[in-house]
Amino acid sequence: MERRDFIKITGAGALTLGAAAVGCAPKKTASATDEGPEQMVYRENPRNGDKVSLIGFGCMRWPMIEKDGQRVIDQDAVNEMVDYAIEHGINYFDTSPAYLMGQSEKAAGIALSRHPRDKYFIATKLSNFNNATPEASIRMYKDSFEQLKTDYFDYYLLHAIGSGGVAAFEQRYVQNGMMEFLVKEKEAGRIRNLGFSFHGAPGEFDELIGLHDSGRYHWDFVQIEMNFVDWNHADGRRNANASYLYEELDKRGIPIVIMEPLLGGRLANVPDAIARQMKEREPDKSVASWAFRFCGTYPRVLCTLSGMTNMDPLLDNVNTFTHFKPLTEEELEFLERMATQMMEYPIVNCTDCKYCMPCPWGIDIPGIFKHYNTSVTEGRYAQTQEQKDYQKLKKAYLVSYDRAIPTLRQADHCIHCGECLSHCPQSIDIPRQLQRINLYVEKLKQDTL
Amino acid sequence: MLKKIRVALAILFWLGITLLFLDFTGALHGWLGWMAKVQFLPAVLALNVAVIIGLVLLTLVFGRIYCSVICPLGVFQDGVAHLNVARKRKKKDRKPYSFSPEMKWLRYGVWVLFVIAIIVGVQALVALLAPYSAWGRIVQNLFQPVYLWVNNLFASIAERANSYAFYDKEVWLRSLPTFFVALVTLVVVVILAWKNGRTYCNTICPVGTTLSFFSRFAMFRPVIDAEKCKNCKVCEHNCKAACIDIDRHKIDYSRCVDCFNCLEDCKFGALKYKFAWGRKEVTEPAGNDGGRRAFITGAALAVGTAALKAQEKKVDGGFATILDKEVPERDIPLTPPGSRSVKDFYRRCTACQLCVAECPNNVLRPSTDLKHFMQPEMSYERGYCRPECTRCSELCPAGAIVKITKEEKTQYHVGTAHVNPDLCVVEKGVECGNCARHCPAGAIMLVKDEETGYRRPVVNEERCIGCGACENLCPARPISAITVNGRHNHLNED
Repeated sequence: MERRDFIKITGAGALTLGAAAVGCAPKKTASATDEGPEQMVYRENPRNGDKVSLIGFGCMRWPMIEKDGQRVIDQDAVNEMVDYAIEHGINYFDTSPAYLMGQSEKAAGIALSRHPRDKYFIATKLSNFNNATPEASIRMYKDSFEQLKTDYFDYYLLHAIGSGGVAAFEQRYVQNGMMEFLVKEKEAGRIRNLGFSFHGAPGEFDELIGLHDSGRYHWDFVQIEMNFVDWNHADGRRNANASYLYEELDKRGIPIVIMEPLLGGRLANVPDAIARQMKEREPDKSVASWAFRFCGTYPRVLCTLSGMTNMDPLLDNVNTFTHFKPLTEEELEFLERMATQMMEYPIVNCTDCKYCMPCPWGIDIPGIFKHYNTSVTEGRYAQTQEQKDYQKLKKAYLVSYDRAIPTLRQADHCIHCGECLSHCPQSIDIPRQLQRINLYVEKLKQDTL
Repeated sequence: MLKKIRVALAILFWLGITLLFLDFTGALHGWLGWMAKVQFLPAVLALNVAVIIGLVLLTLVFGRIYCSVICPLGVFQDGVAHLNVARKRKKKDRKPYSFSPEMKWLRYGVWVLFVIAIIVGVQALVALLAPYSAWGRIVQNLFQPVYLWVNNLFASIAERANSYAFYDKEVWLRSLPTFFVALVTLVVVVILAWKNGRTYCNTICPVGTTLSFFSRFAMFRPVIDAEKCKNCKVCEHNCKAACIDIDRHKIDYSRCVDCFNCLEDCKFGALKYKFAWGRKEVTEPAGNDGGRRAFITGAALAVGTAALKAQEKKVDGGFATILDKEVPERDIPLTPPGSRSVKDFYRRCTACQLCVAECPNNVLRPSTDLKHFMQPEMSYERGYCRPECTRCSELCPAGAIVKITKEEKTQYHVGTAHVNPDLCVVEKGVECGNCARHCPAGAIMLVKDEETGYRRPVVNEERCIGCGACENLCPARPISAITVNGRHNHLNED
């Protein structure tokens, strides 16, 4: 079906939405029919029967505009997207007090409060990274209610634990009494599900899940980074493969929320050689749809978060999840081959989450990585001077670099202070990667590649 | 016909040399660089004997063709004068000019002053008077910004179209005093040309005066055939050099710039450009010099320092604010690699601003120091003298910067870096070492401070070439913790 036809039909068929929300099989298993169901796919939370849309709205990548010299969220665009999303059955919205320079929760609150509260689930986090005192943590928790204009959170997460294992978890949540506090809040009904988002090594994960096994804390759900690359090729010594995390959670029957299904867009914009193989199989489906179908194929997944920046990925995602086709075994093997091929490109494993920002020395860290990755992916990357179109590639890289990043925020100004290292959920050695990119730039400028 | 050839060549030359000053990409200087090198004053200062002899011979054979074709300021004045003449013609005023006697006192006075200035080394005066320097100054300061803005407009369009054909280039004011001098120069030259054609060339321009010594004896020159002449004075009234005296049927060849306008103006065929060597020189009519026009000079020198600091940019809240760098104190100025010594550089430099206009790293700018006023110096707030770049050395027509290769560049030791520990971020407990990491000469080492345990930079003076990578990339702002001071001599073998 043409996308335009599809929009017409779904637009006209808003009435059928209520039916769609109820009438869909929550446990979608691999039924390899040619045409998927025409409604949004929902998964049921076994704990409380929440029917959660398989695609959720991540509120970390909303569009920003300049207003009175300040970067602020484009509220009109957000409202439009949220309306469309709810209209088309998306009912899970994930935000945090830290996102978008602290503006995400407020914008989400404004957009969502225009809809009946029982139409959607709100997920937010205790992002007490810099200040984990009880006062600051509770203030952050309470402020989230105000920002989001609600008196309960459907899903509440301890934000990004894992790195540092139980010790770090204790420091941020136990020693300050926050776990005790949050458990009480849950009993009071202000938190319906308590979980955590995880970035770290397998051992660290084992420690945290051990708390569940021992009965000390109960995790209602866990948010993990999962996609067809991280499934078996998680980057770095410090990050666990998604296949391991998934299986450990599946064993225990803990619902899984997925973040970074696209690796910050990198799996939507893949190198040509890989895109071609995907298009050979599914000429009319977007590259991104492969990554989403991968996540949706696994039954323990409750929701797949997508940080949609504008209407276009939203339309595409609604399309993917209203005509949802799980991947076959053969297709999963195909994606594993694609992941292996992806690993051959010298890409920096950055998902553009901006946790490292602001760099105290003014470096645009995610911008530099994004420009580099896009150049590699889109073939604006010279390998050697002997290359036929070396001069063209050189100019393309250097000009686009200056366009993307102001000179003073480029990689050569990184002083290796290491401030960013602890903030990166991907555990990227940021200074080293910046130096690597700067060396490449220097080689281009000096013609010594 | 001769006039048409003159006009065509003049336009070509003028466009070429002006484009040379406007272009910032380095794409044109391979093609057009020679146009700067055949300019008279740069050739003299570069001791470029071939060009000097060539130009003198040219003048001896054909007269002051140089002034009508090669000199960009001369051609520019013709353009301005032409506009006014065309305007007057519309108003039926057919007598835009008339003969005036040579203003010897002013003309030779300025020339003597100029020669003394070269010998003594008052380069600011040389640059102020010399036509090529004046044109370079005007183009770099007044026209190049416009050119860059248009380029940047194209660049933003190209960016939207994902094209790399145009790229953005920062437009910044390098020196307010020099900008002001350029503006005054332009205004004065335009007024003089508008009202009286070639006044500047024949009373002030030292190159014009120098060439006039030879043009008096030119082999070919316009000659009036007194028998055919009907004394209508059309030629005299259209001579922008005011050098045709029809009452006496004489032409002052010291001032004639061979524009050939008169040849076509004469309906009676009384004027011919022909071989006239050995004919008795025109006796100069007596006249007094009366200071008809005062030339405004020097006034601009009194302007204060370049206090125009770029405004702090409003940045995205997601980014830390970066302060602009300030120019540190430098006891000895920094002049580019390719200049043998500071003294030699400033002796030869005509302050034409060609290197300033071309410097792709935003390093070169006109000095505000009165001793080297308008002559370029280097500073590293916006960039540094990058190892692969030798563009200024390829361009300099005056030999102030000798042509060097990338490899030869490393032998030039134009300055030495010094660390100011009080400003170094390491002293605040931050790991850094950015200067050492980026030093292309490997001159900076990190040593452990016994007291604090911090690894702080030290400079091996012998290795340092003064390129400024360390100063530019130093995170300390607004004054870098590592700054480069100039060196008198740049080559070690002396």
